[in-house]
Amino acid sequence: MIASRQDNYGRGDIRIRMTGISKSFGPVQALSEVNLTVRSGAVHALVGENGAGKSTLMKVLAGVYKPDSGSIEIAGRQCTFNNPQQALASGISMIYQDLDLAEHLTAAENVFLGDEPAGVLPFVIDRKEMVRKTAELANSFNFEILPTAVVADLPTGDCQVVEIVKALAREATIIVMDEPTSSLSENEVERLFKVVRSLRAKGISIIYISHRLEEIVGLADDITVLRDGRVVHCGSAAELDIPQIVRHMVGRELTEFFPSREVTIGDVRVRVEKLSLEKKIRNISFEIRAGEIVGMAGLVGSGRTEVAKGVFGVDKRTSGSIFLDGLELNIDSPLDAIAAGIALLTEDRKRTGLCLGLASGWNITLPSLERIGMKRVIRPVREKKIASQFAERLSVRWRGPDAPVDSLSGGNQQKLLVARWLLAEAKFMIFDEPTRGIDVGAKKEVYLLLNRLAEQGKAILFISSELPEIFGIADRILVMRRGKLVANLKTIETTQEQVVHLAAVEETG
Amino acid sequence: MNKLVRQMLPFASLILIICALSALEPDSFLTLDNFLNVFRRSSVFGIIAIGMTFIIISAGIDLSVGSMMALCGMLGAHVMVAAGGADPHGGALVIGTIAGIAAGILCGLLNGFLITRLKLQPFIVTLGTMSFFRGIALVMKDGQPINVPSYKYLGEGTVLNFKIGRDAALNQDIVFGIPISVIIFILVIAAAVFILSYTRLGRYVYAIGSNREAAFHAGVNVERNLICIYAFTGLLVGIAAMIATSRTVSAQPTAGYGAELDIIAAVVIGGASLSGGRGTVTGTIVGTLLISFLRNGCTLLGISTNAQLIVIGMIIILAVTLDQLARTRAGKP
Repeated sequence: MIASRQDNYGRGDIRIRMTGISKSFGPVQALSEVNLTVRSGAVHALVGENGAGKSTLMKVLAGVYKPDSGSIEIAGRQCTFNNPQQALASGISMIYQDLDLAEHLTAAENVFLGDEPAGVLPFVIDRKEMVRKTAELANSFNFEILPTAVVADLPTGDCQVVEIVKALAREATIIVMDEPTSSLSENEVERLFKVVRSLRAKGISIIYISHRLEEIVGLADDITVLRDGRVVHCGSAAELDIPQIVRHMVGRELTEFFPSREVTIGDVRVRVEKLSLEKKIRNISFEIRAGEIVGMAGLVGSGRTEVAKGVFGVDKRTSGSIFLDGLELNIDSPLDAIAAGIALLTEDRKRTGLCLGLASGWNITLPSLERIGMKRVIRPVREKKIASQFAERLSVRWRGPDAPVDSLSGGNQQKLLVARWLLAEAKFMIFDEPTRGIDVGAKKEVYLLLNRLAEQGKAILFISSELPEIFGIADRILVMRRGKLVANLKTIETTQEQVVHLAAVEETG
Repeated sequence: MNKLVRQMLPFASLILIICALSALEPDSFLTLDNFLNVFRRSSVFGIIAIGMTFIIISAGIDLSVGSMMALCGMLGAHVMVAAGGADPHGGALVIGTIAGIAAGILCGLLNGFLITRLKLQPFIVTLGTMSFFRGIALVMKDGQPINVPSYKYLGEGTVLNFKIGRDAALNQDIVFGIPISVIIFILVIAAAVFILSYTRLGRYVYAIGSNREAAFHAGVNVERNLICIYAFTGLLVGIAAMIATSRTVSAQPTAGYGAELDIIAAVVIGGASLSGGRGTVTGTIVGTLLISFLRNGCTLLGISTNAQLIVIGMIIILAVTLDQLARTRAGKP
C-alpha cells in the first residue's frame, strides 16, 4: 500500500530510490521495509519523532551502516556502500547537527580538506588556487563567505555554509542536512533557506531533517514521515499542514499544543537586581513570582544565557544581587546556587548537563547526595530507589537507574535533568532552551511539566529562541538585546511581531 | 550481559595465565612461597596503582609517582638516620615512616594545586614534577642510597604466623605467615573500594572524569575533589615507598624508575579509560596481579627481563584491544 502511494509523487528524475530497507540492532528493529524516493532538484523533508529511525536511515544512505536487507539506487544505478567514502564518491554528503569542521583552519582549507589542490612542488598546497576555487563555488550559488576566514571565528550559520560549499566541492548531488537550524538565529535561518533554495535551483537534492515543522511546510517539496522505523506517510509537502504532519508523526492528534494552566501567581520569589557580567550583560533587573513562568526572548548572542550563568554562579558577576524569597543570596558558584534552591537546565545538556557515560540514577542524585542523607556514606540501594521515584514522576523511559545516560533518547535525557532538580528541591528553575532538538511529543511533555512545576509554586525562567512556545507558555516575556533587558511585557498584552521588533531592531535617538 | 563479559575479561586472562604457568612450571610456580612472593612484590606497585585508578577515572594522569616514591623513601630514611643514627631503631623508624608518608601527601598536594590553581594539564604538571622529585631524590645524598639495616618490619614482617611443619634438615620450624605488606595492600584495597563506591568523593571522581563541565554545573567542587585525589595518591605513594625501603632495608634514589608506566598499564588493563569516567579498583588489582604473574612466570621460564618487556607490551595492547572490541559490541543498541 505504501509502495503504491509512493509513486504518486515520483514526478521528475529520481535521484535516490531506497527500497525495502531494514536494519536491526540486536533485538531492536530500527528500520523495517522503508522506502524513500528523492527527486533531483527537490527538498525532501524527513520527519519523525526521536527514535523513529531518521538517523539510522540516513546512516544507511551514507554508508555508515549496512542494511540487513533492501537496495539503494542512485540515479538509476544500483549501489552498495561498504563505507562512507563510497557513499561520498556517489555524491552523497551529510551535514550533521554538530558540524564537522576543523575549527582552526580557514573556510577554504576546510572546503578542500583531504582533497587539496596540488601546487607546483609535490606535497605543497596551492593556497591561492584553493581560495580562488572556494570563492568561485560560493559565488556560483550566491553564498556570501570569506574563504580566508578562520572557522572558529565564524557564526554557526556561516559554518553551515562552509559545510555546504565543502559538499559542493566534492561534487555532491545529494546533501543531507540533520537539524540544520537548531542553533541558528532567526536571521541565519532565513539565510539558510535562501541557500537551500539556490541549491535546489541547481538541481541538487536535499534531504532535510528537522523538528521545526513550520520550516518544513515553508521549504520542502516532498515529505516522508517515519514512525517506529516504518514509513507512515510520503507525498507532496504542499498537501499537508502542521497538525496533519504531527498526527502522522505521533499517531495521535495533539490537541491544544500549548496546554493551559490554572494561574495562581503568588508573592515575589526571585528578585534579580542590576546583574552585570563583564562586557556581556549590563544591569539586568527583574522579578519572578511564585507560580509564574517568565519567558526570555532575544537573538542568539543577546545575553540570555549569560543571565542564567550569572544567576547560577557559573560566570563571575561584576555587580548585582540576587534575592530568593526575600533573602539576599551569596552566590559564587553553582554549588552555592544549588544550596540556595536555584536550578539551571543548561542549553547544551550533553556538554554541561549530563555525565553521558554514567548511570542515569547517578545523574539524578549528583547534586543532592548530601540532601538525601548520603553526605558521608552512599547507600546504593536507597539511592536507586530515590532516583527511580523521581524518574517515575516524570515518566522517564529507561531500563532502570543503572542504564547509562547515552542509552536514553534526547527527551528522556531532558526529563532526567528535571528529575535531578526536583530532587534538589529547587525553588527557582531556569530552563535554557529546554526543547531544542527534542521531538514534538517530548516538547509537549516539557510544556506540561513547566506548568506543573509552576503550579507547585516554583518560579520559572524559560529561555527560548522559539517565540511561539514562549507565547504559548509564559505569563510574562523579558526581551534581551545586546546584553540589555529592553522590555518586560505581559504575554497577553503583546504580539510576536512586537517582540521580534524589540529583539532585533536598535532604537534610534 | 556483554558488560559482565567485559568486566570479567581481565580476570579471566589472569586465571588463564596462572593456569598456563602452573602447567608449564608446576614445581616452581605453583607453590605457596612463590605466590606469597608475587603478592608481596605486587603490593608496592599495587598500592600506587590504586591511587592512579582514582586519578585516571577523573580523566587525569600522574606521571610523577615513580619519582615521588624514590623521594618519599629517601626523605623517610633520611629522617630515620637523623633521629636514630647510622642504625636507627624503634621510635626513629616510626618517625621516619611517618615523615616518608607525609612527604607523599605533600608531593600529591603540590601536583593537585598546580593542576587546579594554575589550570595546567595533569600530563604536563606531572611530567615536570616527575623530573623535579627525581632530581631532589638524587641530589639529597649525591645519588647514594641511605641504609637503614633494622627497618625490616614493613617489608619482611609477617602476621598470623603458625607452624605448618618442620624442616628436619635445618632443624627448624617451617612457619607460615601473611606478610605485613600484603595486609597493608588489602587494607588499602578495602578503603579504596569503599571510597570509590560509597562516598561522595568517589562519585564526584567519576562525574568529573565523565564530564567535568556537567559536574561543575551540578554543584561539584571540581578543584577541591581533584586536589583530594592527587593528595590521596601521594599518601599511597608514601606508604608504598616505605614498604619498598623496608624490603631492601635501604632507600634508593633510583627506586621506582619507570614504574609509572607499569602502574598506568595495570590500571588500563583493569578496564579504566584514559579519557576518564571509567575504571574500578578490582580491575586495577587484577591488572597489577596480571603483570606481576607474567613477570614472575617469565622469570621462572628463563625469559630475560629485557625480553619480558616485549611480552608486557603485547599484553597491554591486547588487553586494550579486547576491551575496545567488547565495548563496541555492547555499545550498539
